[in-house]
Amino acid sequence: MYKIEKLNELAKIVAEKREKNASLEPRRMTAEEKDSLLAEFHPDYKQNEFTVLSAGVNKGEKVPTQLAELLQGRSRISAADVDLSAPDYDTDVLIIGGGGAGASAAIEADQAGVKAMIVTKLRIGDANTMMAEGGIQAADKPNDSPAVHYLDAFGGGHFAAKPELVKTLVTKAPEAIKWLNELGVEFDKEADGTMITTHGGGTSRKRMHAAKDYTGAEIMRTLRDEVLNRGIPVVDFTAAVEIILDNKGNAAGAVLMNMETKELLVAKAKTVIIATGGAGRLHYQGFPTSNHYGATADGLILGYRVGAKLLYADTLQYHPTGTGYPEQIFGALVTEKVRSLGAKLVNIDGEVFMHPLETRDVTAASIIRECTARGKGVETNLGSAVWLDTPMIEYKNGEGTIEKRIPAMMRMFGKYGIDIRKEPILVYPTLHYQNGGLEIAPDCATGVENLYAAGEVAGGIHGRNRLMGNSLLDVIVFGRNAGIHAAAKAKETDAPQGLTLEHISRFNSELAASGLDSKVQSPMLLPKYARKK
Amino acid sequence: MENKINVFLFGKKYQVPAGLTIMTAMEYAGYELVRGCGCRNGFCGACATIYRIKDKQELHACLACQTEVQEGMYVATLPFFPLVKQVYNINEIKPTEQIMMQLYPEIYCCIGCNACTKACTQELSVMQYIAHAQRGEYDKCAELSFDCVMCGVCSSRCPAGISHPQVAMLARRLNGKYIAPDCDHLEERVKEISDGMYNDLIENLMQKPVEEIKELYNNREIEK
Repeated sequence: MYKIEKLNELAKIVAEKREKNASLEPRRMTAEEKDSLLAEFHPDYKQNEFTVLSAGVNKGEKVPTQLAELLQGRSRISAADVDLSAPDYDTDVLIIGGGGAGASAAIEADQAGVKAMIVTKLRIGDANTMMAEGGIQAADKPNDSPAVHYLDAFGGGHFAAKPELVKTLVTKAPEAIKWLNELGVEFDKEADGTMITTHGGGTSRKRMHAAKDYTGAEIMRTLRDEVLNRGIPVVDFTAAVEIILDNKGNAAGAVLMNMETKELLVAKAKTVIIATGGAGRLHYQGFPTSNHYGATADGLILGYRVGAKLLYADTLQYHPTGTGYPEQIFGALVTEKVRSLGAKLVNIDGEVFMHPLETRDVTAASIIRECTARGKGVETNLGSAVWLDTPMIEYKNGEGTIEKRIPAMMRMFGKYGIDIRKEPILVYPTLHYQNGGLEIAPDCATGVENLYAAGEVAGGIHGRNRLMGNSLLDVIVFGRNAGIHAAAKAKETDAPQGLTLEHISRFNSELAASGLDSKVQSPMLLPKYARKK
Repeated sequence: MENKINVFLFGKKYQVPAGLTIMTAMEYAGYELVRGCGCRNGFCGACATIYRIKDKQELHACLACQTEVQEGMYVATLPFFPLVKQVYNINEIKPTEQIMMQLYPEIYCCIGCNACTKACTQELSVMQYIAHAQRGEYDKCAELSFDCVMCGVCSSRCPAGISHPQVAMLARRLNGKYIAPDCDHLEERVKEISDGMYNDLIENLMQKPVEEIKELYNNREIEK
């Protein structure tokens, strides 16, 4: 039951129309309808929320204003703060970030026989990977093929992705599932071993593999366990604050900061992988976020300052179904799997206003339109939202489906007295994913020699919009790829000489020359949520 | 007027608005969290917390990000708990009863007090899944422990010194790798790809002009 009585009344309208709504097959939008909907209602199109960069390799391009402040912010250190000649750590492959991509990279680098090391500002596994609920795509069913997956991903990303990256993503997908399965990840399967797969928004085949609605958590904890089994060093509560270059301008390590004592440390490495994840905690345009606490775009800052180029940093994914109510979980992710299993989106009058499985950007824009221009949202103290008719799942698929397939969702709402088996839930878009990032080649190389990037921090794989289930896939495929290639490169690289942090003053001069005099320190590392009195 | 309630963070009294979670109440009080805060959505287990309500006996455990503050709540966070994790090579071990005996023999010292189950922040049947692990029933252990976030509160209450989340982690990996049925269509597809079966199809798509690929995309057949 909802604590606000009005919501219980409104939910009855949804219940009354459930039978009729369940049998509806809403029309999908035409390409033209989608284009005009996005232009009018998607947050990426709000020009006044973006700033054109005046320094660095992407000078002249626009990025979200909050990101611009950090990209053009000041380093947390100056070159004189550390002694680069006496490194605290010396390794072959330094991996910055302990999420799905970082852990996958570490396992592959270790497998290749080089010394790998993970540094992470929180704990290994404190990452968006852990929170990915819905699933992971791979075209491994007989009616599907990597070519169909390619078309879905490339089209869903508005034909903007780098084709060779999409090719890598889709052709290495089945192998990624096999690799995870052999590490012991428990995918949902039929008794004969057939993978249980569903649709995601924008997929043309049912290729979403899942482990209930803890898919990312199941993958992440397994990868973490494997990293620990292999004895790969994990330095936790230690953030990277600057990349170190050598006398050739190649990446050669990072300056680290102990998050608790603030002690600065030097890690020297032959190759460096940035796997720091996304940026939801920058709360672009004031949106709530589904991201973990450390999603503050650090890797973009680290890479940008040493000259790695950004691609599509102006495109963000607002997940259509963030929690709209209650306040304790406001903005938290309601997995797309809820819609994959048959729940429809319904407005205040109980009308199904769109096909529930359009791509995420289109669905988010459509919900925003319903709540603004059309005035058909449900108002609460937290703002406007629409219904997601979860009881429809059991109406269609039988009792017990929700507990079996989306237990995390049932638990999350159950804690606040809302039984999603019996009551619809309120949803509104939430800042979910950074579609772009550091531009990479298929081997995960950035433009800076010996510097690699993988996972959400990388850009180009998903174009301007990512499909559900292609992110978990991306962190595994490109995380592994980064590990393999960074290890191979480390093998042929001599110990770096002439370590330097000269780029800091160089970047500062560029900022000054552009008339920028920022007081903002970056990378941000953690959001500031403590109330200031 | 905001409805304020009294909570005691590590014993110190603060007035915070009702409706906050323990985590947001700490931030409202002025804490800048580094430890004890991870996903903020109930998946990572970073914010294990124990609390007692003033003048009541019962000790509760929860995740700070998922639990609403109550009047008179005495809160202590458990940002780290020293679980024992044994290392093993997943390719060399087998899902036999002996493997638990070798790696986590302390599970056989369980005295059946059920404190682990009572303390679980995810309301799992912890003692029961340990019982399955004792009997080598790794599929059942895996199923019952599936929603575990490895926060470690169960282990903090265990008189036998069992690291329940790590036992369950091993059981799930054994189940996922060895016990769950193999997937033929996956093996088949991986082989097809390595044989280069899809290269031409994809290369062909990659070279198409945008207008042509848009046409293909907008008219593609969608599985019902």
